[in-house]
Amino acid sequence: MATNGTPDAGWPRIRVDDLTAFFGTTSAVRGATIDIRDREVTAVIGPSGCGKSTFLRCLNRLHETVPTARVDGRVLLDGRNIYADGVNPIAVRKLIGMVFQRPTPFPTMSIRDNVAAGLRVHSPKPSRGETDVIVERALTRAALWDEVKDRLREPATSLSGGQQQRLCIARALATDPEVLLLDEPTASLDPISSQKVEELVYELKRDMSVVIVTHNMQQAARVSDVTAFFLMGEMVESAPTKAMFTTPKDPKTEAYITGRFG
Amino acid sequence: MTSVSPPGRPTLRQLAVAERTVSTITRRRMVSAFMAMVIALTAIITTLPLLFILWHLAREGASSLSVDFFTQMPKPVGEGNAGMANAIVGTLILLGTACLIGLPIGIGAGLYLADFKRTRLATIVRFLADVLNGMPSIVLGIFAWEFLVKPLGHFSAWAGGVALAAMMIPMITRTTEEMVRLVPTSLREAALALGYSRARTALAVVLRTAMAGIVTGVLVAVARIAGETAPLLFTAFGNTFWSLDLTQPIAALPLQIFAYAISPYDEWHRLAWAGALVLISVVFIISILARFATRSSRSGGHGD
Repeated sequence: MATNGTPDAGWPRIRVDDLTAFFGTTSAVRGATIDIRDREVTAVIGPSGCGKSTFLRCLNRLHETVPTARVDGRVLLDGRNIYADGVNPIAVRKLIGMVFQRPTPFPTMSIRDNVAAGLRVHSPKPSRGETDVIVERALTRAALWDEVKDRLREPATSLSGGQQQRLCIARALATDPEVLLLDEPTASLDPISSQKVEELVYELKRDMSVVIVTHNMQQAARVSDVTAFFLMGEMVESAPTKAMFTTPKDPKTEAYITGRFG
Repeated sequence: MTSVSPPGRPTLRQLAVAERTVSTITRRRMVSAFMAMVIALTAIITTLPLLFILWHLAREGASSLSVDFFTQMPKPVGEGNAGMANAIVGTLILLGTACLIGLPIGIGAGLYLADFKRTRLATIVRFLADVLNGMPSIVLGIFAWEFLVKPLGHFSAWAGGVALAAMMIPMITRTTEEMVRLVPTSLREAALALGYSRARTALAVVLRTAMAGIVTGVLVAVARIAGETAPLLFTAFGNTFWSLDLTQPIAALPLQIFAYAISPYDEWHRLAWAGALVLISVVFIISILARFATRSSRSGGHGD
């Protein structure tokens, strides 16, 4: 549905081309190739230690912040290789939001300042009034506004785990990222909070592309349009979610999704 | 009567074993109680010197403590209403100078050690900081004398401040490193993922999160150097007159206490007691502040 000149949903926002990620001399991800399309949710599944988190961390150049970590291959964001010479990783990370497995609110900051944290390094820097508007919008989108609107000055750590995670999502949304990376965002949450986050993911894909790493195959089936299956560093298969869960091409995928290992 | 005991009833042999077990348990309980008493006693002995010092200082010093002590200058024996105003101010100036030099260097070095923990430089600095931490304080005085007193030809408050800073830096470096390392990597990564630079992440997120712990460490370090006498002997030197000039010798409470304590005059002895009471009160207050800082950091810490 092309409206107002925006391209169709589904054009590749990120093209990952033969991506290999190293820790020292061992590779955690080998030769991953996939298109991550606009306004779709791409789920990354696989057993623990298969490299799915590392894969995700390569998409915003966070992988390389770990000592001895290194990346080979190309990641094209809107056609531009983020690993090309002269590309500033900080600029890349400003365009791509990320939420981690455990909630990571900044403990010294208030709820409001947490949401506004990313805005401080964005240009043009919004004024105080503009910031308030952006904070409210981000918290509303993260389905947290009603719960915190009367306590924006309180420390972020006063929130419950599920609220903290939605706060982190709001923090990532405040800077209007084009891509949102979610690294097992519901792994440390209770079922009700998990459901809220899942509904949120479903909402968000109207405006951006979302990549979600998850242990939970039902979750992948519920929220994603495309699923990629990783095993021991290899991307075994990536396909539309429905096809992946009904007619997997690779016997290893079938074995995993039917619960025979992992 | 049958010779067979009914089932479930203990045999004689079993009873004997049970009895032995009971006596073993009793013996163990007694040993345990005794040992608990012994270690409780050592715990009490640990605090005895402090209690003794406090009691003694309060008894000897309190009577000489008056408003004059804080507002008046040292005076010749027999003139009355003498005080240590210059030494109190001098100590504050020396502590201020030491903090001015020691805080940026100590905290900076601590950040480096925490952030680049496996580099060769970090390993060497960490080791040398520990060596410096155990260095006799008079040796640090000699260091400051060699570089600041000897070339300039006179004692100065600067030299005293540098000597105290040299004591303070390794303590602050190690505390900062420990506190910064307690900040979870996930928090650092969250900041990086928002597009924060490495420097901004270190200052705005990591250092701020670790700040309460660092403040505690700084207060402990200040409390420790506040009473140092040896590094000041041939750096700040002491001064019986009023001086705020950093390039000139300056009075300090520990030096004044030392000078008065070895004098032959009763009046000066009493002033020395009062000075010691003031000094320990300052250290005591700083320690309480340090505890307060730790407590508020804990309640403001992570919710999980």
